[in-house]
Amino acid sequence: MSEHVLEARDLARFYETSSGAFAKPATVRALDGASFDLEAGRTLAIVGESGCGKSTLARVLTMIEPPSRGELTIDGRTVSGKADPKLRQAIQIVFQNPFGSLNPRQKIGAILEEPLKLNTDVKARERKRRGLAMLERVGLRAEHYERYPHMFSGGQRQRIAIARALMLQPRVLVLDEPVSALDVSIQAQVLNILNDLQEEFGLAYVFISHDLSVVRHIADEILIMYLGRVVEHGSAKEVFAHPTHPYTAALLSATPVADPTREKNRIPLTGELPSPLDPPPGCPFNPRCWKAQADCTRAFPPDTGEAGHFAACYHPLAENETTA
Amino acid sequence: MALEESISEEAAEELARNETPARRSGLSEFWYYFSENRGAVAGLVVFALLVLVAILAPLLAPHDPNIQFDNAQLLPPAWTSGGEWRFFLGTDAVGRDIFSRLIYGSRFSLFIGIVVVAIALLGGVTVGLIAGYVRGWLDTLIMRIMDVILAFPSLLLALVLVAVLGPGLVNAMIAIAIVLQPHFVRLTRAAVIGEIDREYVISARVAGASPFYLMTRTLLPNCLGPVIVQAALSFSNAILDAAALGFLGMGAQPPTPEWGTMLAESREFILKAWWAVTFPGLAILVTVLAINLMGDGLRDALDPKLKRS
Amino acid sequence: MALLEIENLSVSFQTSGGMFRAVHDISLTCDQGEILSIVGESGSGKSVAMLALMGLLPWTASVEAKRLAFQGNDLRAMGPRARRKVIGREMAMIFQEPMSSLNPCFTVGFQLGESLRKHLGLGRKERREKAIELLKQVGIPAPEKRLNVFPHQLSGGMSQRVMIAMALACDPKLLIADEPTTALDVTIQAQILELLVDLQKKKDMALILITHDMGVVAETAERVQVQYAGEKVEEQHVKDLFADPHHPYTAALLAALPERATDKRLPAIPGVVPGQYDRPEGCLFSPRCRYADDLCRRSVKRQGPEFGGALCNYPLVNGRPTGKEEANAMDDVTS
Repeated sequence: MSEHVLEARDLARFYETSSGAFAKPATVRALDGASFDLEAGRTLAIVGESGCGKSTLARVLTMIEPPSRGELTIDGRTVSGKADPKLRQAIQIVFQNPFGSLNPRQKIGAILEEPLKLNTDVKARERKRRGLAMLERVGLRAEHYERYPHMFSGGQRQRIAIARALMLQPRVLVLDEPVSALDVSIQAQVLNILNDLQEEFGLAYVFISHDLSVVRHIADEILIMYLGRVVEHGSAKEVFAHPTHPYTAALLSATPVADPTREKNRIPLTGELPSPLDPPPGCPFNPRCWKAQADCTRAFPPDTGEAGHFAACYHPLAENETTA
Repeated sequence: MALEESISEEAAEELARNETPARRSGLSEFWYYFSENRGAVAGLVVFALLVLVAILAPLLAPHDPNIQFDNAQLLPPAWTSGGEWRFFLGTDAVGRDIFSRLIYGSRFSLFIGIVVVAIALLGGVTVGLIAGYVRGWLDTLIMRIMDVILAFPSLLLALVLVAVLGPGLVNAMIAIAIVLQPHFVRLTRAAVIGEIDREYVISARVAGASPFYLMTRTLLPNCLGPVIVQAALSFSNAILDAAALGFLGMGAQPPTPEWGTMLAESREFILKAWWAVTFPGLAILVTVLAINLMGDGLRDALDPKLKRS
Repeated sequence: MALLEIENLSVSFQTSGGMFRAVHDISLTCDQGEILSIVGESGSGKSVAMLALMGLLPWTASVEAKRLAFQGNDLRAMGPRARRKVIGREMAMIFQEPMSSLNPCFTVGFQLGESLRKHLGLGRKERREKAIELLKQVGIPAPEKRLNVFPHQLSGGMSQRVMIAMALACDPKLLIADEPTTALDVTIQAQILELLVDLQKKKDMALILITHDMGVVAETAERVQVQYAGEKVEEQHVKDLFADPHHPYTAALLAALPERATDKRLPAIPGVVPGQYDRPEGCLFSPRCRYADDLCRRSVKRQGPEFGGALCNYPLVNGRPTGKEEANAMDDVTS
C-alpha cells in the first residue's frame, strides 16, 4: 500500500458572474464537491463533456486558482493560501493545445530550464545537463535545444511540454487533454512516452479527457463528472464493465467504436447540457435521464455502491442492465 | 532497458527526417513578407539613405549650415536663371545654403524621431504592461487617463505642454512623446490581455514565476509585434509634429536648421522665393512617406493575421 | 453515371517557401444515396480537396483536375454564374466549427431566410414557413421560437443543427460534411451523426463525410477513402477496410488506436507526416512504413481494385505484404 500523493476532499470552485449593473450576480458552480485519493504510479482519469468542470478541477489541483471550499493535500502538504515552493514543485500540468503551451519567443532550452531557474539555485551548467537529459528522455535530440517551438510539430511540442513539466521532478502530473489535439499516430507515440515516464519516475497522473477509448487504455481509476459534480467513481475496469450511473452508461454507448461489425446499441440521450448558471434541482442529470423519477429532483443523490465503485444516483443501473 | 531502446530508436528515426530545413528562419521569413511590399522596400531604401546623409552630414554638405553669405540672399536654385552652382538649392533670406541646412536638418529629424519614440515606447509599454496584467481599478484609472489624453487633438495638446514647459526642441520632444504615448499603452495592454490566458503563460505561473518575471520575460517579448509597427508609425508622427511645432515657433529655435523651423523662417517669402519653403517641405514629405511605407511593410511582416500559408 | 466524379484533382498553395502541393492526383466518385467517408490525419488534404470542389479556396491556391463533374456536367466548363447555381443548391457543405459558421450579427431565422430567398426566391411568409419546417426536420424543439434567436444563444450542437438546416434548404443532391462533430461532445456527436444519416436516407442524398475519427467512420460510412499527405492511399467498403486494410498506413493507423491495443504499449507509427520541405521521393509513407524497401523510396505504383486501389508496391493481404516474397525470405535469414 503506497502513500497517497494527492488527496482531495470536497473540492469546489464557484465563480461570480454579473450580467449587468443591476442584475443580481449569479454563482456558477463550476466544480462542486470532488473527493478522491491518488497513489504514486497510478493514473486517475477525469472524464466528462464540456462544462463538466474537469478543467476547473485541473486549475484547482495545480493551484492556479484557489478552491472555494474543500481541502487539498499534495505529497503530504496541505494547500493553503500561502506560497510554498515545495508544494509548487510537487505538481505540474500539461495542457491540451501544443501550439499554445510553449512560449514562442523562447528556445527549447530556455523553456526546459525555466522551472529550475525559478525554483532552485541549480547552476547554469547543471541546468543544461538536466534539460538535455530530459529532452532525450522524451525522444528528442540535443540539437533541438537551441531551436524555437515553431520549428516543431504538434507531437514534438507536446513532448517538450511534458519534459518541461517533469524538470522539477513533481510527484503528480495533471494532464489536461494531452492528446486530444494530436493525430492518432502521434497520439500513440505520446501515450507510450507517458506510460514509460510513469514507470520510470513513479509519477501519479491526473488524466483529464473526453475520449473514452484513450481513458480505457491509460487509466487505473476513473472519475465521471457532469455539470460540476462527480457522478461516478471507481476502478477503470469496473466502470467500463458495469457503469452504474445512467450518464456513464449513455456516455459509453455514445462513444464511436472503430469496428463496423459491432452491433450499435445506443442509449439515446435527448436534450443538451443544462446551463451551469441554472442547473436543474437535485441530480443534475435528471432532465436527460430515462430512469429519472420524482425523487431525483429533490436533492443531489448520495453515493451508492460498494468497495471503490460509487455512483451518485438514486436508481443506479443493475449489472445486467448495462452489459447490453 | 528494452523500452529505453525502442524509444530512442523511434525518436532517432523521426528526427533524422526532420533534419531537412524545416522552415525558413525567422529573419528570412520576415524579409520575405517585408519584400513582398514594394512600397515598403522603397521606403526602407529612402530611410537608409536618410540615415547615411545624417551620419555623413559634415562630409556631404558643401557649406556650414549657419554661415550667412553676403550678397547671396534668396538666390534661386542652381538650374534656374540667376542661380549659382555653389548654392545647389538656393539660399534663404539671410544667405544660408538651403541644401546644407537640409542635410544637417536630417540629423534633427532622426534625433527627434528616435528620442520621442524611445520615451513614448518605454513609458507606454511599461504602463500598458502593468494595466493589462493587474487589471481592476488601476487598469481603469490608467485607461481613463489615456482616453483623456487621446481626446485632445494631438498638436493642440503638444502646444499646451510646450507653452507650459517653455519653447525649445527638448521640451517639444517631451510634449510629443506624452501625446504619442497612449497609443503604446493601449496596444500593449490589448496584447497583454490577449496573451495572458494562453497556456504558456499559465504554465510559467505553475512553474513558479513571479509577476515581474511574467510581465518582463514571458509576456513582453510576445507583445512586441504590434508595438514595433506602432513605433515606426509614431516615428513619422513625431517628425511631423516636431516640424509643426517648429513652424509655430514652439519647437527648435532659430538658427537651428530644423526643417519645420526653416519653413517658419521662410514663410513670409513664400511668394517671392518658392524654393525656401518648397525644399524643406519636400524633405518632410519624403521622409514621412518613406517611414510610413516602411511601417506598412513591418505590419505585413509582423502581423500574423495577414500572413498566407 | 455517378453523381460526383473527380479525376486527378491537384491543389497547390503559394507559400513563403514556394509552391506547396496539398492535394495530389485525388480521384473519387460518389453515387446518389451513398455515404462516402474521406478519412485522414491533419495534412492529408481531405478538407482541401472538397473546398476546391466547392470553389471555396483562397486566391493563393491553384486547382487542376482532369475531370470535375457533377451529374455529368463538367464544373470547370460552367461560367461562375451557373456554377454558383450548382454550389449551395445541388451541393451543400457544413463545417467543423458550427459556432463560427453562423454570422453573429443576425438571427437564425434571418440567416435561414436569406439562403432561402437567394436560392429559391420565396416570399416572406413562405420563407418563414419553410424555415420552421427545416428546423423541425433537423430536430430543433420549438422552431418558431428559435427563429428569433441569435447564434451566440445556441449551443454547439444546436448551431450545427441550424447549419444542417441551412444546407438542406434547397434539397441538395450532395451534402459534404467536413468534420461535422469534431468540435462537439460525445453525446451530442452521436445525435448529430444519427441526424445526418437519417436525413441522408430520407432524402436519398449522397453524403461525403470528412473525418479523422476511425470510430465515426466505422459507425456511419459505407465506403471509405483513406488519404495520407495529400494522396489517396486506398479505398474500400467499410467492413473490408477494418477487416483487411491493404495499405500499410491504414493498417498502422488502425493498430495505433488505443481501443484496439492488446498491450499497454501502443504500436505507434514512428515519425510525422511529411511537410512542405521534407517530402520523400517515391512513396510518401515509406519513411514511416515498416515494410518499405529501396523500391518504395524510389517509386510507388497504384494497385488495382482487388487491392482497394492501394498506392503501395506491396499491398497487404491479411496483414502480410504481397509481391515481396524474396525480400521477406531475406528478412527471415538475417533475423
